[in-house]
Amino acid sequence: MTYITKPKLHHPSLERNAVGYTRRDYEGKVSTLCAGCGHDSVSAAIVQAAWELDIAPHRVAKLSGIGCSSKTPDYFLGASHGFNTVHGRMPSVLTGANLANRELLYLGVSGDGDSASIGLGQFAHSMRRGVRMVYIVENNGVYGLTKGQFSATADRGSTSKKGVPNPDAPVDMVAMALQLGATYVARSFSGDKAQMVPLIKGAITHGGAAFIDIISPCVTFNNHLGSTRSYDYVREHNEAVSRIDFIDPAPEQIAEPAPGESIDLPQPDGSTLRLRKLHAGYDPTDRARAMEYLMAQQAKGEIVSGLLYVDPDAGDLHQALKTSARPLNALGEAELCPGTAALAKLNAGLR
Amino acid sequence: MTQRVEAVNDFVVKFANVNGSGSASANELFAKAILRMGVPVSPRNIFPSNIQGLPTWYEVRVSEAGWLGRRGGVDLMVAMNPQTWKQDVAEVEPGGYLFYDSTRPLPESAFRKDITVIGMPVTAICNATYEDSRQRQLFKNIMVLGALSALMDIDASVIEKLFSDQYRGKEKLLESNVRALHAGREFARDHLSPPRGPGLGLRVRRAEAVGDRIFVDGNSAAALGCVYGGATVCAWYPITPSSSVAEAFQKYCEKFRVNPETGEHRYAIVQAEDEIASIGMVTGAGWNGARAFTATSGPGVSLMTEFIGLAYFAEIPVTIINVQRGGPSTGMPTRTQQADILACAYASHGDTKHVLLFPQDPAECFDFAATSLDLADRLQTPVFLMTDLDIGMNQRLAQPLAWSDERRYDRGKVMTADELEAGKEFARYKDVDGDGIPWRTLPGTHASKGAYFTRGTTRDPYARYSEAGADYIYNVQRLLKKFATAATLVPAPVVRNAEQKTRLGVLYFGSTAPAMDEALHTLAGQHVHLDAMRLRAFPFPASVAEFIAAHEQVFVVEQNRDGQMRRLLVDELEIDPKRLPPVLHYDGTPITARFITQAITERVLALAVSPKGTTQGERA
Repeated sequence: MTYITKPKLHHPSLERNAVGYTRRDYEGKVSTLCAGCGHDSVSAAIVQAAWELDIAPHRVAKLSGIGCSSKTPDYFLGASHGFNTVHGRMPSVLTGANLANRELLYLGVSGDGDSASIGLGQFAHSMRRGVRMVYIVENNGVYGLTKGQFSATADRGSTSKKGVPNPDAPVDMVAMALQLGATYVARSFSGDKAQMVPLIKGAITHGGAAFIDIISPCVTFNNHLGSTRSYDYVREHNEAVSRIDFIDPAPEQIAEPAPGESIDLPQPDGSTLRLRKLHAGYDPTDRARAMEYLMAQQAKGEIVSGLLYVDPDAGDLHQALKTSARPLNALGEAELCPGTAALAKLNAGLR
Repeated sequence: MTQRVEAVNDFVVKFANVNGSGSASANELFAKAILRMGVPVSPRNIFPSNIQGLPTWYEVRVSEAGWLGRRGGVDLMVAMNPQTWKQDVAEVEPGGYLFYDSTRPLPESAFRKDITVIGMPVTAICNATYEDSRQRQLFKNIMVLGALSALMDIDASVIEKLFSDQYRGKEKLLESNVRALHAGREFARDHLSPPRGPGLGLRVRRAEAVGDRIFVDGNSAAALGCVYGGATVCAWYPITPSSSVAEAFQKYCEKFRVNPETGEHRYAIVQAEDEIASIGMVTGAGWNGARAFTATSGPGVSLMTEFIGLAYFAEIPVTIINVQRGGPSTGMPTRTQQADILACAYASHGDTKHVLLFPQDPAECFDFAATSLDLADRLQTPVFLMTDLDIGMNQRLAQPLAWSDERRYDRGKVMTADELEAGKEFARYKDVDGDGIPWRTLPGTHASKGAYFTRGTTRDPYARYSEAGADYIYNVQRLLKKFATAATLVPAPVVRNAEQKTRLGVLYFGSTAPAMDEALHTLAGQHVHLDAMRLRAFPFPASVAEFIAAHEQVFVVEQNRDGQMRRLLVDELEIDPKRLPPVLHYDGTPITARFITQAITERVLALAVSPKGTTQGERA
């Protein structure tokens, strides 16, 4: 329960990062989600990624919609401003917030109900606008907070807890993000922290719209036999295309990899993303090929994970709009108001 | 024979055209030419939701006395559209004039006996003069303008000057327009004026009645108000009649907000995927400390209501410009109404109330747009600028736009990093100043203090999630207190007392103002005296209840079917509805002075003849 406060005292020997924070400084309130919920693992991965990247917690703005996943921003980064918006509309609020102050890191957390149904339009348009953000969908194929209805990402034929098969085709948000022009597209599994943390770090350091679809099983309503979003099913069918070995701001320390085995991608902040290929010939910078591979594997019933596509030179909405480097919310009368002399001229032109 | 209308500087001309035929710019030139003669004009476009081929009208009120509302009735109909011929002919005042293209002869039954018919074979003249079909069409309008200007004594030099402004650097176009203008003038002199023609009893005489006033549409003025008021984020979705607000904002930002050296923009405009996203972006930007607005119309407001409730409850500055049109549903997208009053005042589910501002003309659109940005920040709540198509899309003679270089943006209660560092207590939803307005912090302000979680769900004064009844009540009661504070900050109503003491009053607002000005004048001439109050905002300042209390009957004049402002007055001020007789105009055209005068006269007469001893009789 959220009114149970965590003890404020930290163990003095907790390790501090380069900006002086311990891991605890990136935590939030105690989660109110069900024990074993995949979403809590995602929150933990976000905490670790932000700590490891030395991000000052208050320089993050975390936004969400409505649903179990959208509750989670209260459970991490307690020193950041958060905004639990309305159902399916996190992307527009995040876009507006981002326009107001381009200097913060924007983290959008949503679910499959929030983003693939009611919010599909806003998800799509935020991707095509290239809003710089980390957009995480905690995808469990089910509406948890309203107790077990299928979501739009549930596979056709996958059964509900009561054994009823889902008659509808699923929305694949990764494929959509690829088609819509997202410049960092990944899929992960909440049961695989080793994969999640570097993917989130890569998204944080990315220069444009980063989307991560994280399969995050619902232990209460969608973890049974017959579900294609259960822990067991995902473990059996998860097929990673690559592993991110590290993201390090000091590329000179990187040992030269064996040719063809890995790919180094420079990030806008100067760090480097190194991908160790698990599939020969998979090129994560080729959008069309990524789409093709995804479709082929999906037809076989496999869940393709890892960094599926990235454009290391991606721009964002601010670049397209040519917005000033100084955040718009920091501009005052001197920069914004043309003044009375200009108005006199305007008036004269209207006579 | 009915006596011909003879008038100088006081008449109504209406042009009946087919849209897409290039008539709009010629019609505008006609209005501007009269304005340049020093005579006030007030033109109104009555147009279809269509691009080409449907009827469109342009009605010009000419009034040296300065009446800028619609008068009602038409003295000269320039009937250039066969589709609407019958209704256009019928609309002319007895003794008035009908100008038409006489290229194809019409049977006598097509005309009326009590009006003067002026036929000019415009098509034939143009076909004889021009080879190109497009030129034939375009110069037809200019020839008509020439003929009318000659008949009305409008100086050719005034129109030539307007041409030279319009076609600066395009000498060929300038020259051909001037030629067409004079061809029209010569034809009118030779064939339409006495002794060979019927002539026209409507004249324009040079005057000095315009002063330093400007001629501008409300949407442009509102957009400029947003530039001056410091709006940096605009998110919108195209919808008639509001689209030109965002387009004008873009135009003025390109003029004033682009760094000439770096090319950097001190603004961001996003054409969103729908109105829900527009208001979402505005909400996000407002939460993050940028002044943000959206411009929309009724259907857009309907879509935005969930977000409006969130912004109200989470206390986020949001400015919404609602250029009202005829509803419900798609209704009359190109016609005007004041029919979103209740939808905006109480927008969203749950107990919500919102601040509304009602500008009367473009000058107030400019002023109130900047004011609404201040109020939204001060009150941390949605603020609606309630204009309508009549104000928004028609050019109107208005006072010059006014600003002071001393004016500072009121950013409201935003706690700074220094204040947090100094140990000032931060409680996001606590009333610490007694005005119901809490303090807020912006994301990224301080490393360890002042962060909070914004939500639409209930919380305690420290923004912690809480479903406790007492916390909820504290919060919604504080919002009521904040709304009472708003009543002290919004633009005050403007009162104009009758020349003699009266028990009758009238309340009106927005685009009704110019027609009301004339109606009050006419009524006073008929010994019907009314004290008048022009409402400029909701919540109602205390003076509104005082005004109503000081009168026995107060007419409420508005442009909707249900008397929405009257309902708001009855509900919010607990006034006996019997004391507020409604005067309602809602056919989609702007209200006229004649309509108001007649409705109030009838009502006053009815009150006067009621049997003595009844409350109504006594009140009259």
